[in-house]
Amino acid sequence: MQDILFYIFAFLTLVFGFLVIANPFSRNPVTSAMFLVLTIVSMAGLFVLLHAFFLAAVQILVYAGAVMVLFLFVIMLLDLRAEERRRFKVLAVIGGVISAGAILLIFLRSLLSTPLGASDTPTLEGGTFELGKLLFTQYVLPFEIVSILLLVAIVGVVLLSKKELK
Amino acid sequence: MTVGLEHYLVVSVMLFALGLTGVIVRRSVLVIYMSLELMLNAANLALVAFSRFTNNLDGQVFVFFVITVAAAEVSVGLALIVALYRKRQAAHVEDLRTLKL
Repeated sequence: MQDILFYIFAFLTLVFGFLVIANPFSRNPVTSAMFLVLTIVSMAGLFVLLHAFFLAAVQILVYAGAVMVLFLFVIMLLDLRAEERRRFKVLAVIGGVISAGAILLIFLRSLLSTPLGASDTPTLEGGTFELGKLLFTQYVLPFEIVSILLLVAIVGVVLLSKKELK
Repeated sequence: MTVGLEHYLVVSVMLFALGLTGVIVRRSVLVIYMSLELMLNAANLALVAFSRFTNNLDGQVFVFFVITVAAAEVSVGLALIVALYRKRQAAHVEDLRTLKL
């Protein structure tokens, strides 16, 4: 059952991911953003299969909720009509596919030729309790530093969004 | 054949390659940004898979931090894109050749 679910979610993730970068029906960035939401949701399904329940929830709340709403707002702020009329450059497409395919091949070959040393019967549970305990004991300093990083991001965004940049 | 670590890693690698292709092929700044998110997500998937199959929760904590930093990065990047669009009326990498405003 879990194996079938894995194949379903993996297939959905890859198909939606492909539709984000190259949708044959629409060049509109809004469609790309919507397919990115679907990619992220199906990836949350993969996280659940990996017993990372907290991260699956965070993935949907933060990525599919907050980040993608931000993306959609910005897309609607900008007038991107001109983008839909532009054609793909054939040379760029060929070069991009070749280079990304080469990296894919290198990764796959190194992956399949390495003994991974994974345990066959994983018992790890990534619930809120386990993750929270680790986050507030061993990783409490990075946790606090991340809050400072978010504060810096807020200040930077407010500064950048002012009408006149000096 | 039961699903193991390799399966998740293969999915992660393929998603990463898709994101990389998007960054190279697409010319709209926003879609390039979305492809970057795709690559970050692929890395997250690999980390969670490793964490699960080596019985070590540190990977998931790392993914938590990656998601937080990605959220901050998206907000700053989109603010930059909006500021750039206000100055230049362009969100297309071929129209954005210089950094000088």
